[in-house]
Amino acid sequence: MLRSSIRAYSSATSRPFRLAVIGSGPAGFYTSHRLLKEVTNVKIDVYDSLPVPHGLVRFGVAPDHPEVKNVMTTFDKVAEDDRFRFLGNVTIGSSLKSSKNISVQELKKHYDAILFSYGASEDRHLGIPNENVYGVESARAFVAWYNGLPQFENLKLPLDQTDTAVVIGQGNVALDVARVLLSPIDTLRKTDITEYALEALSKSKIRHVHVVGRRGPLQAAFTSKELREQMNLPNVAYKADKDWIKSEIDAAQPFLSKRRPLKRMMGILEKGSAITSADRSWSLEFLRSPTEILTDTNQTKVRGIRYELNRLEGPSPLETKAVGTGELEDRECGLVLRSIGYKSLPMDGVPFDARQGRVPNSYGKILDSEGQEVPGMYTAGWLKRGPTGVIVSTMTDAYETADTIAQDIKESRAMLNDNDDSDKKGADGLEDIFKSRDIRPVSYADWKRIEAAEFAAGEKLGKPREKFVKVEDMLAVLQ
Amino acid sequence: MSLLRLFTSKAPAVSSALRSNITHQQKHLVRRPFSIAPALWHGKEGVAKGDGPYTVNFIMPDGEKISVKAVEGDTMLDLAQRYDIDLECACEGSLACSTCHVILEPEYFDKMEEPSDEENDMLDLAFGLTETSRLGCQIEMNEELDGLTVRLPSATRNMRVDGSKPVHH
Repeated sequence: MLRSSIRAYSSATSRPFRLAVIGSGPAGFYTSHRLLKEVTNVKIDVYDSLPVPHGLVRFGVAPDHPEVKNVMTTFDKVAEDDRFRFLGNVTIGSSLKSSKNISVQELKKHYDAILFSYGASEDRHLGIPNENVYGVESARAFVAWYNGLPQFENLKLPLDQTDTAVVIGQGNVALDVARVLLSPIDTLRKTDITEYALEALSKSKIRHVHVVGRRGPLQAAFTSKELREQMNLPNVAYKADKDWIKSEIDAAQPFLSKRRPLKRMMGILEKGSAITSADRSWSLEFLRSPTEILTDTNQTKVRGIRYELNRLEGPSPLETKAVGTGELEDRECGLVLRSIGYKSLPMDGVPFDARQGRVPNSYGKILDSEGQEVPGMYTAGWLKRGPTGVIVSTMTDAYETADTIAQDIKESRAMLNDNDDSDKKGADGLEDIFKSRDIRPVSYADWKRIEAAEFAAGEKLGKPREKFVKVEDMLAVLQ
Repeated sequence: MSLLRLFTSKAPAVSSALRSNITHQQKHLVRRPFSIAPALWHGKEGVAKGDGPYTVNFIMPDGEKISVKAVEGDTMLDLAQRYDIDLECACEGSLACSTCHVILEPEYFDKMEEPSDEENDMLDLAFGLTETSRLGCQIEMNEELDGLTVRLPSATRNMRVDGSKPVHH
């Protein structure tokens, strides 16, 4: 739709382009970072339902990977820009009906555009019998627990009741949880892992972790750095059907020769670990799909897992399906962590593709159910492309969305509130609603005070920080 | 070659006086009400713009060529910071990301030592990986590399070679 007049904010002397961002993880920050560079006359308000920003950088990245969290320095710099504002502790349109939420509809009238970058807060289920018994959890919940995501502190896990854990899935999250379960406690003690998790892990009896996938080694979703780290775990043996793995890799040589990353990773797999026997061990098991959780006689907790064995069918390692053979196998264990992927939740007022679990879009511009672009609505990160990839994948994805927004601004494309060219007030326009619903937004400067308190608490324990795990404790710092 | 950016719209740069060589763990010892986060990696102290016997050329994703002077040991990230060049550096040189991925000419690529396993692991995840790709944080300037040209790959899928964007329907 062409406008006869150039939009007011296109010229530097007029009103700024107002963008609301829902979700302050890497997607929200990197889109803001890029957009602030590309457009001068813009104001960005980034909302997060938690008082603390940064999303999975804080709650997902493993505590023993602090260098990955260095991205927070970039985010701090973005936040210093006058045109950027963080509003934590503000929940936008959630499926949980609460009088304290702000709907997307209410947000729209104060902005020219909204970016949805709230990620994927649910996980996929296996859909097998007894999946909900005690001792079966999502890896996502386990990670949230040791990383201090509010409301996960009281997660109950039978760490001290079993020596064997099974992780279903072979991505980087599966390796993260296997590594945390097998790391020497003294290594973890120096990280920002939560104190309660440290205590529980110090009492853990888990010595063997099996990382299980439906398909074969060539289809494993983890990446080289993480696999290499796993193979180098001190005093932890690596067990696998190494001959079979080698034969699979040998058979795929022509395919691998053109694919450096996969070829290198198979090299790491083939090389294995120098340690073949030790008190602790981890194993990779392939071609196994869980069919049932086996429980104790009262069906109250897990005692094992049943698999159906698979074979692989497909023209090439990239196009391979797992097909059940009918043969079953049981494994005794006391803990099962399901690490088969995350899932996004739909938000009222935002188109959603339930089958794919993400928001339909074209280069980050949201599309409605007919595939038409929705003016002023954008998406970035896992919500846009699905819950896969590392931080740099999200950065690239976020830059793409930012470029789309910048181009749309330059071309005076339709935005929200097209019939009304008046000044948009952004978060200032929501002041009345904040007051009437007793919503107290947390600024970036407020967050820095919370962080300073976390650093101070951590110093006492010899850790980089000790995270607040309750929202009320975070807010108490600001009294 | 112009050192000025083609885009003049830029976020205000953080004062370099506030950067200091503080490790991540020690950050909290700097008491500020709103901490201007000190960069973990900050590049070389005491080297000014224009210093150095060597020349390095950056080719930006939009084709712009920027030539700068470099001293012994300068990494591409040191140069990016000193000359305000848009080379991303998410993990601050700790081999935990691939955002500083650059592409070299074969002659210069061959002059360098093989990348370590750790660098190769990160390169494997880089967008637009080539046979002569390296991480900018691992390239250290020396006499052999004088005149080096590093090309920054285009970060976004929807940028065409000529810089124009596809038309939305």
